[in-house]
Amino acid sequence: MVVSVRTYDQVGEAANALSSDREAYFLAGGTLLMRGVNEGSRALSTLVRTTDSSLRQIQSSGSRIEIGAAATMSDILANRELSFLHPAARAVGGPAIRNMATAGGNLFARTPYGDLTTAFLVLDAMVNFAGGSQAQLPLGQFLAEREKQPRPLVAGISIERPTSAAAFRFLKVSRVKPERLSVMCMAALLPQSGGRVQGARVAYGAMAPTPIRMTAVEQALEGVTLDESGVQAAAAAANTGASPATDAIASEWYRREVAPVHLKRLLLGQGS
Amino acid sequence: MSKTPVQFRVNGQDRAVFAEDAENLLECLRRGVGDMSPKYGCGQGTCGACTVLIDGEPHLSCLTLAQGCGGRSIETTGGLADGPNLHPLQAAFMEHFAAQCGFCTTGMLMAAKALLDKNPNPTRDDVVEAIAGNICRCTGYEPIINAILEAASRGSNSVVGGAV
Ligand SMILES: Cc1cc2nc3c(=O)[nH]c(=O)nc-3n(C[C@H](O)[C@H](O)[C@H](O)COP(=O)(O)OP(=O)(O)OC[C@H]3O[C@@H](n4cnc5c(N)ncnc54)[C@H](O)[C@@H]3O)c2cc1C
Ligand code: FES
Ligand code: FES
Repeated sequence: MVVSVRTYDQVGEAANALSSDREAYFLAGGTLLMRGVNEGSRALSTLVRTTDSSLRQIQSSGSRIEIGAAATMSDILANRELSFLHPAARAVGGPAIRNMATAGGNLFARTPYGDLTTAFLVLDAMVNFAGGSQAQLPLGQFLAEREKQPRPLVAGISIERPTSAAAFRFLKVSRVKPERLSVMCMAALLPQSGGRVQGARVAYGAMAPTPIRMTAVEQALEGVTLDESGVQAAAAAANTGASPATDAIASEWYRREVAPVHLKRLLLGQGS
Repeated sequence: MSKTPVQFRVNGQDRAVFAEDAENLLECLRRGVGDMSPKYGCGQGTCGACTVLIDGEPHLSCLTLAQGCGGRSIETTGGLADGPNLHPLQAAFMEHFAAQCGFCTTGMLMAAKALLDKNPNPTRDDVVEAIAGNICRCTGYEPIINAILEAASRGSNSVVGGAV
């Protein structure tokens, strides 16, 4: 199948092109889309792209940081303000993939991909759209609706900077290192006051059709101290709300079995 | 089918080609430029055999849109040797038996070059991480890792004479 490519100088023009053609896909890093092109996927007829560098900018204002949708994992890794996010960006693919894979594309990546998106979920992420056609959406809502047509052009992701680097945790479980797909990944924001957790946020990747917030775990963490006995209730709730799949990486059974173990390691700061 | 003119540098030489529609850079280099050194393994980003450097950074050419490469500088294994003089990485690969069937070799060499250009004294872990996206089904990786470390210890910018 012949796939036509339409290139625009301005993000706004690309957004218009995308909204006026329901068959068109936006091409970012291409690490997922170009696979389809190479396979001759019949779903692909038009690719829309832009050379507008504004889509790649990373900017901070106050307590929030806006990451342009076309910023790559390597761009994030080169940005010192985003050092708390580096473990999640480094978890994506090998060096070449990280030079290509974008933050915006990661929002659309099917499970078991979506490691960076999982981290975004605990950072109060808001998704911004180009062309002014659509209002900002909380990331959770965006993910729940992402398969819907039409596909608007994501301009960027706005995240909240953690008040302390130690409050943010990320862990990726994989069997083949160093390049690895997720058995699962986990992110947590664990603000503490007087030694007790207040306002915990926890998210999983590869444990449901999209990365998801784990609200039962979050509730079980409210007011606890982060020690062996304090995290018991959270570990007991580790699978509540999860709906993992069986795929080439791991079975559903295995994912459920090991989730409490890895959650405990994440909460106790033991890594994996 | 439409053709888009693209101009880029390949191994230091200006090249002008017509990229076809959504053609990937790997196809474009092999078909349009005639540089057969990057290999097609999977077309899926998983094997790394197609690794080339774009502006000094490793990229998978099978997943890179050729018409997006206008004005960029591309390096392939085809440009490593200087006439009969092998690049130190090539010489070290040969001495350490780091190539068996050889299909992964050009991707490995480019991933290694990207590493040594930035970090001339890598640790073993740095080397393992640098070739994390490159699959080898023959060697078990150890000879490749040793060859890259050896090339680094010799200084990857020195030229190794007459070894063909
Ligand atoms: C070998 C390999 C290893 C990988 N390893 C990992 C991994 O470890 N972890 C992981 O999370 N992912 C991994 N991935 C998946 C992928 O590389 C990443 O998820 C990446 O972030 C996708 O971004 P992209 O820019 O390449 O997307 P593209 O391929 O360009 O696009 C993917 C989808 O997102 C849409 N899209 C992209 N940007 C926008 C936008 N701004 N607005 C609207 N729609 C948009 C596209 O239309 C398309 O539908 C891997 C992929 C490969 C090939
Ligand atoms: S051919 Fe490009 S990664 Fe395999
Ligand atoms: S030498 Fe055969 S795949 Fe590496």
